[in-house]
Amino acid sequence: MQVTRRQFFKVCAGGLGASSMAMLGFSPNDALAEAREFKLTRTTETRNTCPYCSVGCGVLIYSLGDKAKNVHGKVTHIEGDPDHPVNRGTLCPKGAGLLDFVHSPNRLKYPEYRAAGSKEWTRISWDDAFTRIAKLMKEDRDKNFIAKNKDGATVNRWVSTGFLAASASSNESGYLTHKVVRSLGMLAFDNQARV
Amino acid sequence: MALQSLDIIARSATTTPSPQVRETMKVAKLIDISKCIGCKACQVACMEWNDVRDEIGTNVGVYDNPADLSADSWTVMRYSEVEVEQGKLEWLIRKDGCMHCADPGCLKACPAPGAIVQYSNGIVDFHQENCIGCGYCITGCPFDIPRISKKDSKAYKCTLCSDRVAVGLEPACVKTCPTGAIVFGSKEDMIHHAEGRITDLKSRGYANAGLYDPQGVGGTHVMYVLQHADKPELFSGLPKNPSISAMVGLWKGITKPLTSFALGMLAVGTLFHYVMKGPNEVSKDIEKEFENES
Amino acid sequence: MTNHWVDIKNADLILIMGGNAAEAHPCGFKWVTEAKAHRNAKLIVVDPRFTRSAAVADYYAPIRAGSDIAFLGGLINYLLSNDKIHHEYVKNYTDFSFLVKDEYKFENGIYSGYDAEKRKYDKSTWGYQIGKDGFVVTDPTLKNPRCVYQLMKAHYSRYTPEMVSDICGTPKDAFLKICEMIAETSKADKTMTIMYALGWTQHSQGSQMIRTGAMVQLLLGNIGVAGGGMNALRGHSNIQGLTDLGLLSNLLPGYMTLPGDAEQDYKTYIERRAFKPLRPGQMSYWQNYGKFFVSNMKAWYGDAATKENNWCYDWLPKLDKGYDILQVFENMNNGQVNGYVCQGFNPLASAPCKVKISGSLAKLKYLVIIDPLTTETSEFWQNHGEYNDVDPSKIQTEVFRLPSTCFAEEDGSLVSSSRVLQWHWKATEPPAEAKADPEIIAGIFFKLKEMYKKDSGAFPDPILNLNWKHRQPNAPSPEELAKEFSGKALKDVIDPKDKTKVLVKAGEQLNGFAELRDDGSTSCGCWIFAGSWSEKGNLMARRDNSDPFGLGQTLNWAYAWPANRRILYNRASCDLTGKPYDPKRKVIAWDAAASKWTGSDIPDIKADSPPEEGINPFIMNPEGVARFFAIDKMAEGPFPEHYEPMESPIANNPMHPDNPLARYNPAARVFKGDWETFGKADKFPYVATTYRLTEHFHFWTKHSKVNAIMQPEQFVEIGEDLAKQKGIKAGDHVRVRSNRGFIIAAAVVTKRLKTLTVSGKPVHTVGIPIHWGFMGLAKNGYITNTLTPFVGDANTQTPEFKAFLVDVEKV
Repeated sequence: MQVTRRQFFKVCAGGLGASSMAMLGFSPNDALAEAREFKLTRTTETRNTCPYCSVGCGVLIYSLGDKAKNVHGKVTHIEGDPDHPVNRGTLCPKGAGLLDFVHSPNRLKYPEYRAAGSKEWTRISWDDAFTRIAKLMKEDRDKNFIAKNKDGATVNRWVSTGFLAASASSNESGYLTHKVVRSLGMLAFDNQARV
Repeated sequence: MALQSLDIIARSATTTPSPQVRETMKVAKLIDISKCIGCKACQVACMEWNDVRDEIGTNVGVYDNPADLSADSWTVMRYSEVEVEQGKLEWLIRKDGCMHCADPGCLKACPAPGAIVQYSNGIVDFHQENCIGCGYCITGCPFDIPRISKKDSKAYKCTLCSDRVAVGLEPACVKTCPTGAIVFGSKEDMIHHAEGRITDLKSRGYANAGLYDPQGVGGTHVMYVLQHADKPELFSGLPKNPSISAMVGLWKGITKPLTSFALGMLAVGTLFHYVMKGPNEVSKDIEKEFENES
Repeated sequence: MTNHWVDIKNADLILIMGGNAAEAHPCGFKWVTEAKAHRNAKLIVVDPRFTRSAAVADYYAPIRAGSDIAFLGGLINYLLSNDKIHHEYVKNYTDFSFLVKDEYKFENGIYSGYDAEKRKYDKSTWGYQIGKDGFVVTDPTLKNPRCVYQLMKAHYSRYTPEMVSDICGTPKDAFLKICEMIAETSKADKTMTIMYALGWTQHSQGSQMIRTGAMVQLLLGNIGVAGGGMNALRGHSNIQGLTDLGLLSNLLPGYMTLPGDAEQDYKTYIERRAFKPLRPGQMSYWQNYGKFFVSNMKAWYGDAATKENNWCYDWLPKLDKGYDILQVFENMNNGQVNGYVCQGFNPLASAPCKVKISGSLAKLKYLVIIDPLTTETSEFWQNHGEYNDVDPSKIQTEVFRLPSTCFAEEDGSLVSSSRVLQWHWKATEPPAEAKADPEIIAGIFFKLKEMYKKDSGAFPDPILNLNWKHRQPNAPSPEELAKEFSGKALKDVIDPKDKTKVLVKAGEQLNGFAELRDDGSTSCGCWIFAGSWSEKGNLMARRDNSDPFGLGQTLNWAYAWPANRRILYNRASCDLTGKPYDPKRKVIAWDAAASKWTGSDIPDIKADSPPEEGINPFIMNPEGVARFFAIDKMAEGPFPEHYEPMESPIANNPMHPDNPLARYNPAARVFKGDWETFGKADKFPYVATTYRLTEHFHFWTKHSKVNAIMQPEQFVEIGEDLAKQKGIKAGDHVRVRSNRGFIIAAAVVTKRLKTLTVSGKPVHTVGIPIHWGFMGLAKNGYITNTLTPFVGDANTQTPEFKAFLVDVEKV
């Protein structure tokens, strides 16, 4: 091992501060080294499915507290479900980052309304939103519903309002949506399977 | 917490010998680069589990993001496009991060008592409460892994999820890896697993496939299966024969007692310098010096 | 997927083409690495880009985006001319021997019956010769020149390796090497699986690309077997479920179809769909259509659906045409649409030609957004600088934005690509005032119902009579809805073989679709999901992952449709006598002693029908066998033919250089005015293709911080040759222009995009990931679909996102 004089000096000068600090009694404490505490110990574990692609990976959602009445069970961690036969505990970068989707600052929190020509959103109540939407839909439907086509055949369709459904929503949401949409006579109806 | 799986066998800047009686299983993480799809699930799982988030950066013309390890990115994928054989493109993607050396240069270089520890299972862990931010661990590391945080001037790196391993779980990156490119178990089992993978790779035409468990640092508790073990440098500059820098050996061997005794008084001044100004600039000079020498 | 994710581990060879499973479906891709590790399987990737799937492939070949039919057509030619086919399989289980009408022709790239004006075919000649007995005439010797085998052989003989290389730019030796590897799996004990996704669907001839892949698999005998199949890797978590539930313009649940205007008569509507067998003794399962339909109408309209009113048949809207998303935006652009609801759908970002989408939305009177996140569509009216440069004061659309829950905040089921319905449980409360989708839909519906009750209006009957028996009408529970689509007996269901036996008592949940009736005694909202919630409970919530046969079927994990079957057409894994072709991968077999089919999976055949009865494996087809010749099912012809993308870098279709009609898909629908928006190679010389990156999911994960960190900024990928020509270095910013607009992004310069030689000239590919926009935590960027053409596949109208033309310049 070759050590130049310059190196020797530098090591002494640079290395000096910290080590000798401890000897001089500046050590933070006895420095009981410990690993970080395991953060899931008594959180609540809930089984769920990743909402992104169609591999349908099982996920375990860990939320704060034990579901006692006074606890707000905020989600603190998500990882793969090792029992799931397809993903066997693994998750891709999207699934592994689900926590930041759940807690995205861009989650919508309140019903909002943007008036014609306006530059901004205003908050409205759910009841207001439902009432105004239903009113607009009914106006359009009553005006443009086609009961019979030009040949006099019964067609009962409403094509001046359309509906795009979410292929990340559950079967139960999808089923109900389809039922309602068709009862209104809608045909301009699609989901992401198309694109 | 009684961390029986985390018995400390070595502690930075400490002369008191550590307990040595209990022998626990040595663990290891094996990264099979031939199975890695560079998806970065390990990067995400690491950040998520460890409650760190790096900055939202920019694209600098490559897939690598974050562009380098940082105090918030304890592992990164490094992508390199190489043509080992003429006309046969290979996209070699290496998960970079702490190798958990059996003979850890960081620990040896660290002047802060208890800031770096080595557990009997092989994990080398940083304890930031004790870290003084001098950056010597970086200098001591043959793989250029630790990084000093801009937030608190302390060094951070992969813990091999010591908190998970302590309770009997696998590290977060291992669990999440979609293709099983990262596996975890006893070091013995990992070496055995690697042998099977190497046989498979050889049958697929990778004549020089092999295990990366560099002996210059006493072997590592993070190992790689490389398609081209004869040329580790192809994998974004993985060092061929890593060893602890001469300067760290020097620090331990000669300079430590010397500085301790002879230059003790000067330390007070240095400490105040540290408290007022943060990490000592000299350490950077030394780093440069090391680079020039090596 | 005909098979399922875990089954990929049973393959000897995996072909990833028209997809990029390692990036888009990493955890499913693990079963590829398992097959490699434990079966010594090989992976082939054919893709315009050297993807992260290619990074772990045993063999990779480049291909020009949009030329897959030529590649696969060449493969079919190779298999047929080198006799590398599974003879017994194709002879018995496909239409090889079926005779086709003499009038059917294919000349110079065009099939018989073409109307160039309407860009549509009269398909009446695309059919079988039908004998006096009403069945298809066959020639088991396969010598008749009108048999499907002979026609197919002649059709694909034109796809020589030289032609393939000329069209695809794939080096000839690479193409032949892949042919050889694939041909190996024609052996009965070797299988290949094909994994594809939007790399095949998003073309003006996407459906035919998939068909060509399926034809390859049939020739090799790889459909219905473990480790085989045609595996569509669906994009979203429940895109399979929503398609199964029929949430598309022309569908009803379970792949039933809405009537057209001409179908005024209920009986005719049913008869046209309840196909009679075209070969003796075949199941032709759609014969039960009436049972599925009536049960569906009972679920929707309850007591109001009666035999007398044809189960409310007239209440269903009838189609004058398809109203797919492109058609609807075309109508919107023409001022024919006033309202639009986007429930978890972001069309401004995900539909083609942003300028047209944005302009169309601005013509709406009202827009309703239901979403957990702030989507670009919800702010289409807002000025976001260069990324969305609009003037809000000029946009008169009223917009409602309603916060919905995400997966963690609700119970319910999703259908994976494996067709497995999996239940999930709510972990936490939604943020602030967000509500679950059923509550939102119910909220709007109830207001409408109240208004129609009070003031009447246009045809209120279906609204007022919609079956809605929920304990909390404003918040239908997922459990109630799941039970409704799974189905129940309204009256006792009697065993047809033994009239004294009650199969299911009135009020009980059904065990499966075999119990459905067309007399109004059963109710079932989606016949293929029937039995998912039976009297045994919620089978979608089952969590027993045991795998007794080691093939990964896990029959007690959740519930697969149909009938909990994991591998479709699995009867085809056995020979005519009911013995598995590959005993080591036994899916099912005929157990003579027990007089039934048994195995590791639910048999896809009448369970007690002995092989001698001759029921063939493709039970949904009236022929009982699989079709190479698509008869009248496809828009552009019975055999897939290569046509150029609507924007092509070369002067003509090398297959038909003299026929301009056969340059592009002759049946692709192009709206008036859109022809002009297509670019030409003189101004836009490079082939562009858009795609996802593994770090992101569409336009959602840019809202997730950790994913924004992983890929923070919009970029495009450019090969080293093109970069050099254009003076572009890695990290430079470039402007990518199509005839419809431009985007600016960082350049990733890579060896992974090679210059291809196509039709004698160099062709460069520009790769464009889709994930950026003007909302989110990642750096704002341009919407990639600014660039894409407003044209879709001739059958599905899925937009041509995967092959179009651009120019690139350094900014």
